[in-house]
Amino acid sequence: MHTEKVFFGFFVLLALTLNFGFFLGEIDNPDHHNVYELFAALVVSLIATILKLGERSQIGALLLAASLVADLQLIAAATVWAIAVHVTDVGLSPMVMASIVSLSGGALLANMVSAVLVTVETATLTR
Amino acid sequence: MSTVPHRNRNPVIPVVLRRMRTPLLVLLSAYAIAVLGFSLIPGQDDQGEPWRMSIFHAFYVVSYTGSTIGFGEVPYAFTEAQRLWATISIYLTVIAWLYAVGSLISLLRDPAFHVALDHLRLRHSIARMDEPFHMVCGYGDTGALLVRAITERGGRAIVVESDAARIQALNLREHMPHVPAMHLDARNPEHLVMAGLRNRWCTSVLAVTDDDRTNLKISLAAKLLHPGSHVICRAESDQAADNMASFGTDHVVNGYEHFAFRLQLAITTPDLHQVYDWLTGIPNTDLPERARPPAGRWIVCGYGPLGQAVTRRLLQTGIDVVVVEEQVNEVASGARLVRARATHADALREAGVMEANALLACTDDDADNLSTVMAARQLRSGLFIAARQNALRNKPLFEAAETDLTVEPSYIVSSQVLAILNASLLNDFLDAANEQETSWQRQLAEAIRELAGGRIPVSWTVRVSRKRTPVLADCIEAGKPLALRDLMRDPMDREQSLDCIPLLLRTDADDRLRPAADSPLALGDNILFCGTPRSERTMQRILRNRDLLDFLRTGEHRPGGWVWRQLRSKKKGNPSTGLP
Repeated sequence: MHTEKVFFGFFVLLALTLNFGFFLGEIDNPDHHNVYELFAALVVSLIATILKLGERSQIGALLLAASLVADLQLIAAATVWAIAVHVTDVGLSPMVMASIVSLSGGALLANMVSAVLVTVETATLTR
Repeated sequence: MSTVPHRNRNPVIPVVLRRMRTPLLVLLSAYAIAVLGFSLIPGQDDQGEPWRMSIFHAFYVVSYTGSTIGFGEVPYAFTEAQRLWATISIYLTVIAWLYAVGSLISLLRDPAFHVALDHLRLRHSIARMDEPFHMVCGYGDTGALLVRAITERGGRAIVVESDAARIQALNLREHMPHVPAMHLDARNPEHLVMAGLRNRWCTSVLAVTDDDRTNLKISLAAKLLHPGSHVICRAESDQAADNMASFGTDHVVNGYEHFAFRLQLAITTPDLHQVYDWLTGIPNTDLPERARPPAGRWIVCGYGPLGQAVTRRLLQTGIDVVVVEEQVNEVASGARLVRARATHADALREAGVMEANALLACTDDDADNLSTVMAARQLRSGLFIAARQNALRNKPLFEAAETDLTVEPSYIVSSQVLAILNASLLNDFLDAANEQETSWQRQLAEAIRELAGGRIPVSWTVRVSRKRTPVLADCIEAGKPLALRDLMRDPMDREQSLDCIPLLLRTDADDRLRPAADSPLALGDNILFCGTPRSERTMQRILRNRDLLDFLRTGEHRPGGWVWRQLRSKKKGNPSTGLP
């Protein structure tokens, strides 16, 4: 067993599961989507990105790209949330909530790609 | 992760990212913990109602406290619990920041990082090369002379050298155009590739380190990894030279052998020797007028590779040779051996210095050579004395010791390499000139001396072909007469000739030495010229400019633009070419 691999796989999968957890629920219902879950998904996704930095293999580059996409989507979702609640007085209207959740849905897709890539790479590993 | 190191990738960014992984993780975790804490700890608003910071507010507070930009309890004054957490989070985030910034700075000061950065910069400068360049391996005396001569003619060079001090010396010298210097080990093929061996513009590889094994490895690598390149290799021993030639090294230059050959020339045909000396010299330096070495009896002090080569050549010429050397037991048959150190007057006396005609001090130690020269001078002031000068920096000493002839192996090697690089026909010409009569050789020497004006002339080759000189090819294909003279007319006054002499005209049928000015030119001809640097530049301009060539050929100005050409051709009733 390789501690580094466990660590890496853990964060990649955790990013995916947290993201999924936030995404789950009615798309425009604020009660179904917890802000802390979004926060956790963002933090874990950032950690996964940092872990992927400096990989030189071809698949490592794709992993990093997928991770950056997920980060970007989650940051966009968090920004929409902060603007809706604090900057303007719109609040968490169904429309705002729907756009936040759909942004996180995009991130979910990128995280899934990440998880698939990690699986593929592990499977092709001959050592 | 499978991390297969890839040779041609940019190494800097991965290095930075890898090293920054832990600091970034620490920073991110500290922020996450602090933000989470602030958003969970209950507070009060200005009315005393319970209130909790949102994640946005928490991030805002942590951002300005963590980066030590400022502190304030916003939007409402903190409760005691919040203050406790603020204290903890300040220590947490500030320390994480310091750690991250500190790692980044230590990374920037890391020598390994600088090496990676330097390599990257060099690789960029090589990738940007868009004209042919010479790769010079070894920046000793020979390499320095070569680089100077190449850049002086506007050529590009890249230097590969494993000694950092020499790289520094090169970087301190101003070369136009710039010469990238690489601190790499030329014995390592991977390093050679890194230095641009496989670059399509790498036309020639000059292996001129002072070690035969290294030169051998370089030329092997060059021949295998870039078969199209022109490899010129310096060799000090015959075995190494044979070895290099065996796998197709284009030219092997043996400085010692070559000096011995020149010495023989100087003794037997002094005029030709001068021509040799001038045509293969480093252009734009002073034209040397060397003393003529006498025939008769020679004393050779030192029996290294140079001593052996000279002894062999002198014996061939029918000259008596006495070898003074402590380390050997046997010398070439026909020569007499005196086993002693040549630095002693007694040894010189025993070798017959009082009756000899000339002495050559050629050990590989400059101090020994100088003391031999001084001892011999004291014994006989009128003796012709030649000495080997190993390091260029000792030149003033040899000048002060009043040697009649100095042998500088590095100078000989570099001039020979240059002759090969600049004018491929030159060696053929010199061989052919060797066959000519003495009077012909004397005339040639006179002509060059007159032309050169005290500076070493430039030699260059012109090839009449569609690829190299399309202007000449167009002219010939259009059926217009073109003579050698037309290339040599001065654009200022077309009746005058440029300061250059055609030395050799190689046609498909034959080689013509010193061709007449009215020789017609045909496609496929090669012409070797020698002349002043100005005449070379002017001729290159003529070879590129159609209108200039037509003017020089006919003495008539040709209208430049298309409209004028059409008008002119209408007038003349010759629409096909528009040319006289």
